[in-house]
Amino acid sequence: MTNRSSSLAVIPAYNESATIARVIEAMQQERPDFDVLVVDDGSTDCTAAIARGAGATVLRLPFNVGIGGAVQAGFVYAQEHGYQRMAQVDGDGQHDPAELETLLRAMAERETDVVCGSRFLHSDLSYPAPISRRTGIHIFAFLLSLFVRQRVTDPTSGFRLYGRRGIELFARDYPHDYPEVEAVLMLHHHRLRMCEVPVRMFERDGGASSITSGKSAYYMVKVLLALFVGLARRRPVVEPGDSAPVFASHGI
Amino acid sequence: MDRVQFVSTLAAVGLLLVVLELVRRRRLLERYALLWLFAAVVVLVLAVWRGALVQLAHLFGIVSAPNALFFIAVGFILLLLLHFSAALSRLSDQSKVLAQRLALLEARLRRTEERQAESEEALEPLDAELERSSSRW
Repeated sequence: MTNRSSSLAVIPAYNESATIARVIEAMQQERPDFDVLVVDDGSTDCTAAIARGAGATVLRLPFNVGIGGAVQAGFVYAQEHGYQRMAQVDGDGQHDPAELETLLRAMAERETDVVCGSRFLHSDLSYPAPISRRTGIHIFAFLLSLFVRQRVTDPTSGFRLYGRRGIELFARDYPHDYPEVEAVLMLHHHRLRMCEVPVRMFERDGGASSITSGKSAYYMVKVLLALFVGLARRRPVVEPGDSAPVFASHGI
Repeated sequence: MDRVQFVSTLAAVGLLLVVLELVRRRRLLERYALLWLFAAVVVLVLAVWRGALVQLAHLFGIVSAPNALFFIAVGFILLLLLHFSAALSRLSDQSKVLAQRLALLEARLRRTEERQAESEEALEPLDAELERSSSRW
């Protein structure tokens, strides 16, 4: 199976056997112009088999590396297979593939490298998320808007569309856990253009969110630390020649 | 030599020997052994050489000289732990990359095998034809 198109939809999934087939089918129905790649982040259920059965290409990580590492595997795949656009869609049915149209149009019209779907720009807040999480998101949004000097409303959204430059940047370096917020800051540091468009988000169909209440405090602190440390980095992303940790995209 | 000096000397020598033995058995990489050896040697020197320890204690404003020894030992422990956290971070980053590469390779292998199976299937009638024609000869 070679690339059928120049666009790839990456669906990170961890134990999403209840919903993954539906998400893939919706994707294929709404956007037949996208190849579908499921990154199975070391699931202990049959997510990978179901996804394969539904006609998706599957990257099966041998153990759970966290959402950041899983999505990054998607970036590396997109980069190596020469995709020009990559969409990130959650595997739990939170996002409606039909709305990729909005993201694609915004990317073409506003000539941005990355487009994020924001639930807060949409008038129909059908799934506003619990108040505690919303507060956290607004705090991140406020800080990020200050840092990147551009209005950001939903920095934790995992419904995104990346152009080639975004793919190349994040294939090289993508945050480990809870990566979305940091990624916005990285885009700013690398002078990639980003914009938000209104989308609807739905309550997850099944499975459990990766962010439980116990973890949300850790989430807050970790992301805040990452943001402020990220600000202090002179060169936020290691470039070839730097004394770097490790690269994802280089050689085997 | 008073008792505390004796005990701390013994402990430092013990640590030194254990670390060296671990390196000898290749259970400890030299890279990590060096920090431990350095710590053991410093503690040993200060345990034996009382004068230096007293001077150091005075410098830090510690009244009791043996406490200075503990102070330094704790400092080393913190340093080592930090060092391990850094090493652990590097390792988890590396294992993440390995997991990604492995998944990408497996996907590529699967695709290649599928393609091969397809082409073999497509060739099968041809092969049969070839066999038939050769058997005629």
